[in-house]
Amino acid sequence: MVLENWRKSLTYKPAGGLRPGLGLADVAVGLGILTLLYGAARVGAESLVRFNPPEQVPAISLSPWALPNYAARSTLRMFVALACSTLFTFIYGYAAARSRRAEKVLVPLLDILQSVPVLGFLSVTVTAFIALFRGSLLGLEAASIFAIFTAQAWNMTFSFYQSLRSVPQELDEMATLYRLSRWERFTRLELPAAAIGLLWNAMMSFGGGWFFLAASEAISVLNRQYTLPGLGSYVAAAVDARNLPALGWAILTMVALIVLIDQFFWKPLVTVADRYKLELSAGQPRRFWLVDLWRSARLPRYLGALAHPPLAWIDRRLSHLTAAPARPAPRKKPSELADRVYNASLLIAVAGLMVAAARFVLSGVGLHEVGHAALLGLITCARVILLIAAATVVWTPVGVAIGFSPRLASISQPVVQVLASFPANFLFPFATMGFIRLGLSLNWGSMFLMALGSQWYLLFNVIGGAQSIPNDLREMSASFGLRRAREWRVLIGPGIFGAWVTGAITASGGAWNASIVSEMVSWGNTTLTATGLGSYIAQATSRGDWPRIVLGVGMMSIFVVGINRMLWRRLYDLAETKYRLG
Amino acid sequence: MQAIPPVKAILKAEMVDKTFPLPAGGEQTVLERVTVHLSEGEVVALLGRSGSGKSTLLRILAGLIEPSGGRVLMHGQPLRGPNQGVAMVFQSFALLPWLTVQENAELGLFARGLDRQEAAAEATLALSMVGLEGFEGAYPRELSGGMRQRVGFARAFVMKPDVLMMDEPFSALDVLTAENLRGEISDLWERGKFPAKSILVVTHNIEEAVLLADRVVVLGANPGAIRGEVKVDLPRPRHTKNPRFVQLVDYIYTVMTNPQAPVTGLPEKAAADRRFPMLPHSRVGGVSGLLEIVNDRGGREDLPQLAESLRLEVDDLLPAVDAAALLGFAEVSQGDVVILPAGTEFAKANVHRSHQIFKEQLLHNVPFMSTVVEALRQKHDGRIGKEFLLDILDEHFSASEAERQFQTMVEWGRYAQLFEYDADEERLYAVETEEPQAAE
Repeated sequence: MVLENWRKSLTYKPAGGLRPGLGLADVAVGLGILTLLYGAARVGAESLVRFNPPEQVPAISLSPWALPNYAARSTLRMFVALACSTLFTFIYGYAAARSRRAEKVLVPLLDILQSVPVLGFLSVTVTAFIALFRGSLLGLEAASIFAIFTAQAWNMTFSFYQSLRSVPQELDEMATLYRLSRWERFTRLELPAAAIGLLWNAMMSFGGGWFFLAASEAISVLNRQYTLPGLGSYVAAAVDARNLPALGWAILTMVALIVLIDQFFWKPLVTVADRYKLELSAGQPRRFWLVDLWRSARLPRYLGALAHPPLAWIDRRLSHLTAAPARPAPRKKPSELADRVYNASLLIAVAGLMVAAARFVLSGVGLHEVGHAALLGLITCARVILLIAAATVVWTPVGVAIGFSPRLASISQPVVQVLASFPANFLFPFATMGFIRLGLSLNWGSMFLMALGSQWYLLFNVIGGAQSIPNDLREMSASFGLRRAREWRVLIGPGIFGAWVTGAITASGGAWNASIVSEMVSWGNTTLTATGLGSYIAQATSRGDWPRIVLGVGMMSIFVVGINRMLWRRLYDLAETKYRLG
Repeated sequence: MQAIPPVKAILKAEMVDKTFPLPAGGEQTVLERVTVHLSEGEVVALLGRSGSGKSTLLRILAGLIEPSGGRVLMHGQPLRGPNQGVAMVFQSFALLPWLTVQENAELGLFARGLDRQEAAAEATLALSMVGLEGFEGAYPRELSGGMRQRVGFARAFVMKPDVLMMDEPFSALDVLTAENLRGEISDLWERGKFPAKSILVVTHNIEEAVLLADRVVVLGANPGAIRGEVKVDLPRPRHTKNPRFVQLVDYIYTVMTNPQAPVTGLPEKAAADRRFPMLPHSRVGGVSGLLEIVNDRGGREDLPQLAESLRLEVDDLLPAVDAAALLGFAEVSQGDVVILPAGTEFAKANVHRSHQIFKEQLLHNVPFMSTVVEALRQKHDGRIGKEFLLDILDEHFSASEAERQFQTMVEWGRYAQLFEYDADEERLYAVETEEPQAAE
């Protein structure tokens, strides 16, 4: 292996010339591409061409044979949303990183959007999109895609923005001094530098998106049931019909889908993105069978050679259009007056919006209702805290054990990843059935439901944290014969603290969101309801009670943002300063 | 008749100031009234220790940073925006890891409006100049550090700049590689084939400066200002063993280790506030180690030689040398460290006694320490908060420097058993035993 690398390192030629003829790899690659194109075109046509008035709900077939088609339609939605999120990320992230004034608005806004329970907005967006595409299924389609988008976009945007802000200074100076055009700077420097972070975030967010897909395909808004053919609505229909086998098939399909998308989409991307690492240390390059297949096939290279001249031409044109000016305009000192005016108008706009929202809520429901919602918020908050505490007690030892054992880690990490991507709401029906059998109140049960989706973040962050504890520190603790309790107190606890905080932030965010679908669940025509802000929002949404929707979502946002500021950010700072390893 | 300068100045800084705002309000002066010029056909080295603002000055001349005061002239025209006559070689190489060697080298050419064939031809030429033929398709991560920096040079050569700027170009390389590459670069320059009209190099390595430059401009620290310049009137190629070379290097060492010493006839600067001499950031162990070695070698040792025998850069030794000098343990003359009686005693003393000696020298030579000890004694609870001391130090140093001064002060004070420090509460405590026991 070493010798092989050394030999390769002596012949620095770009990947060899084109050999004539096509191989088996080309057949595989060609067939793969054609199948993908055909599938996408067929499924896309179904959702675009079939016009249904919304009163006429598309029927969902519970036959397992209908599942591949539903799965394909759901997947297409996920990818359309991913494309939208990516585009949004580029525009929003770039604007925030490049303009000082835009940054002042965009970054705090993003921070809030990240903490707002997006599921609460489903009602707003569904109504808006249906109105936009009157008499067509496209409205529902767009609403569902938008819901997934809201689950994906914020994280990706934050990652991109932060990557842009942390481009190494000397690279930035190099780009300025060598007068790279804006386009060159973006494609040669900024985008590659941001690629890996963006990709990992996209992968995580994509996993989170399934939850929203399932929640948004079948939703009742304004006393009306909306159904969009897909995996999520299949599950909803199976729940209505109390059809357990159908549920089982749906879960199997979901797992298969997650694994397939991981193998055919994310893994190849992660492998290819490996070259965009900023540090120059060599290390072992990542490998993956699909990428090897692609690279050994000649078809992609033929196509690449064909596409190269026009692409290069476009590259040059864009570069010319965005060229760095020969003599830049003198840098203007930012005017203090303009800044003040800008800040003041921002303040006024924010205050105006808040007053308008407050008036809308108060005129609709009165001050008493606000107190009621706050009380419900406290109840849900207590659930979230209990849940984090319970998940910590259960998963920290497990995570540390896995993290300390490379063998356990390599076995369990893919499993944990699938678990984290798996939409917990697919499992809700089983849990609900259990609650009904056992006569357990949803007031307690909902905590379990919320945990189903969010605990995994805690687990795999703790695994990562445990892995990052340097080996010599562990050897030190072993050689001093530290007892278990003491080892946890002085080494393991502080060592994983940062990772735990990151995991807990994500988990609690997920739990708040999940509360909207966890505090009110049904099995057939039995509906269980828990007391809490989540069920408050869910009920208001299905009734179309606008003031209560706004109040509920607003209250939840206040809770989430407040806890973030008061608790999580402080813990995070503590982790960054006191408990940083290395 | 006015004298006509023999060669044209390409780049010139006139009375350049640079200040950065401090987070606590106020501002920190990084550069003060810097005037420097660079003429066609010459190599100038900016030499200074960390904190002398030499890299900032380089970036101002490159048009990457705007000066707070004064102006920069390129070919007699005031500079606006990035300096187009400049190409830079960076300390960290600043290569794009995802582009091949060839693509990295071509990077600046598209802005010049060259088409692809022309750019490729130019890049190939430059790569062959630095010995990278055959590596066009390689990625930077496949190359060794020295080869990476060669790509950095090729990328700069391709631009055929009026001024080639180098920011500590060899300091990220190991000693042998650095020497090798430095030799090749000066070789290119000497053969008159250099693809740039002049070179401006920033370095903290004195030998490097003397090897490469026609003029060495010495910068002082806090704030960065020009202390003077040393003409290097040595024929090329230069040899480090040449007596005149050694003499020049020794002279510059002496100047660098004596911040107050004049550099070639410049008027002496006003003495700094003597109550707040800047504490060099050296651990006590570093000082005692140095003294023991020098003592073992007969009490006098040439600095460059000492560094070489320890496989260190002279720069790594300087804080310990400065600390020893400040505390009256040693003095520096003509590039040599000379141990003083107190230093000999310290080097030979047992653990108990060495604390005692260190304490005496510290109180005697750093008046601020006595002030702190006095204050601790007078406070009825015998403790002082870190913030309080930082406030005082802040008036004399930048915020980050004040923090470092504080850290060094705590390290020294603890060793001298003048006080204890609780890092969690951020407080200094008076040591319980009032009268430390004399050594038995």
